[in-house]
Amino acid sequence: MSTETLAMVDERIKAESFVTRLMKRPELGAIGGVVLVTIFFLITADSTMFTLSGIMNFMTPAAQLGILGIAAAMLMIGGEFDLSIGSMVAFAGMLFGAFTVNIGLPLIVAIPLTMGLAGALGIANGLIVLRTKLPSFIVTLAGLFILRGASLVGLKIVTGGSTQLRGVREAVGGDFIAPIFSGDAFGWFFQWMADKGLIDTLRTGAPKVPGVPVEILWFIGFAIIATYVLLRTPFGNWIFATGGDSVAAQNSGVPVRRVKLSLFMLTAMAAALVAIITVIDAGSTDARRGFMKEFEAIITAVIGGCLLTGGYGSAVGAFFGAIIFGMVTIGLTYTKFDQDWFQIFLGAMLLLAVIFNNAIRKRVTGER
Amino acid sequence: MTAPIIHMENIKKHYGNVIALNGVTFDVMPGECHCLLGDNGAGKSTFIKTMSGVHKPNEGSITFEGRPMSFETPRDAMEAGIATVFQDLAMIPLMSVTRNFFMGREPTTGKGIFKRFDIDRANEITVQEMRKMGINLRGPDQAVGTLSGGERQTVAIARAVYFGAKVLILDEPTSALGVRQTSNVLATIMKVRAQGVGVVFISHNVRHAMAVGDRFTVLNRGQTLGTAKKGEITAPELQDLMAGGQQLAELEGSLGGTI
Repeated sequence: MSTETLAMVDERIKAESFVTRLMKRPELGAIGGVVLVTIFFLITADSTMFTLSGIMNFMTPAAQLGILGIAAAMLMIGGEFDLSIGSMVAFAGMLFGAFTVNIGLPLIVAIPLTMGLAGALGIANGLIVLRTKLPSFIVTLAGLFILRGASLVGLKIVTGGSTQLRGVREAVGGDFIAPIFSGDAFGWFFQWMADKGLIDTLRTGAPKVPGVPVEILWFIGFAIIATYVLLRTPFGNWIFATGGDSVAAQNSGVPVRRVKLSLFMLTAMAAALVAIITVIDAGSTDARRGFMKEFEAIITAVIGGCLLTGGYGSAVGAFFGAIIFGMVTIGLTYTKFDQDWFQIFLGAMLLLAVIFNNAIRKRVTGER
Repeated sequence: MTAPIIHMENIKKHYGNVIALNGVTFDVMPGECHCLLGDNGAGKSTFIKTMSGVHKPNEGSITFEGRPMSFETPRDAMEAGIATVFQDLAMIPLMSVTRNFFMGREPTTGKGIFKRFDIDRANEITVQEMRKMGINLRGPDQAVGTLSGGERQTVAIARAVYFGAKVLILDEPTSALGVRQTSNVLATIMKVRAQGVGVVFISHNVRHAMAVGDRFTVLNRGQTLGTAKKGEITAPELQDLMAGGQQLAELEGSLGGTI
């Protein structure tokens, strides 16, 4: 090819500015939201909110929700919903509690077993959706009730009548893989910083923040891996294609069924991971665990730029969506506002995000 | 003259007691554009579906590159080198041109768990292939939704050719396009032909067919009414054949020769 043709430029196309390019990123809304929410709390909240301990305070619930939100985002990009993930947290928590407390399994067995069973239930969800061709919305809505009920019944069976199962911490304390799923990481580093006077310490000389809660690391790690998979692997391309138009994807040789089943499995396993982390942390599990989390996870994904129709969205967006969530939930306690503003705030955020995403989609596809 | 890439002899296809194809013979040479013309319901779609492996004929034989061939699935036909660009194009508007181009056939780099979608190479190939077809993309990450209908058609054609199509079946590629876009697609067909790919151009628009076709076969009521070379037949004659001759002549009087 000659250099002349290489230099050919279509005169009808205006050069795109950096801002225009940025405007087309799906995660833009979520990042903008984080900035706005941060500014809001910088003005209204007590200054302790943005100290190290304050940040850990809102990042911990953000991380727990974010793990679900990123999985939900990937599933939504693939064109499906899972409304059963909240109940799955309770159900997996119940399984995990029973394995560790009642049967006394070590974590190295109990964790893969819990994850595996949850994953199998996720695949079951996917198979029903694929087989019946019903909307996943309705199929997993059934799952929401079935799993919540199963958690209640199951807990009563394993505890002999109670809906709360205690003694998990005692059962798993000292287990060699417990530090991966509970407590704080990088304790030595925080101690070192405390010794150097870089961070606040308690009167005893121990750092006020003993380390990074492990769920925050899981959250960050999951966001990085999910982003890599979505943007840099063939499987990621298949997810976008499946959600964008499953017939076109199928005709182009994308294994649509396998993609969807994997994604249903992923959301269920993400729910199990959150269950394991929070159950070890609390030392007990109950049937209300994960209540309403399915909706919060979907809101996170939508704030993160996912379209309800599938085929578009981002894991980074869901990451920031979850941080917005954590900041608003916890942040209001640092302000003079009534905490119950939380839900109003959330609903408004969701509405804004959907309207914004719709506009973005029109920009991307050039619809007029 | 060289041997045909694909030769379909006396193809018959029934659906129950409905005869869709009643003995159709058709072949494609490398580097030629063979137009299949016919009115709605003439059997064009049944015929291309037989050629692309979606249907199996009840009778008749298919010879591909000199060997008898029976396609069990569309996949078989695709692997042999028969690519079909259907009207819906199998394109996803929200995805970038590159991601559409390589959908389901992503090039990879790296090994084991580091095996990843080689997006740089994919982008490079896409821009290059599209440029060959005369389209300058704003960028390989441009969403397909922002392309015009003709450009989308060209992406679909470029994709088929890049992945080794020997026979390219285009199902009514110009039917939904404007004048300018139509000429772009027709120009693309000329470029594809020049690469030695046999093109089957399905249309009911005689003018578009005349612009690019080397040979013309008219289907009417499931039968071929013969194949004519370029220059042996005029547009009005083709038009007449498609409509089954006399009815159109009658109509033409009342319409004042506007069709």
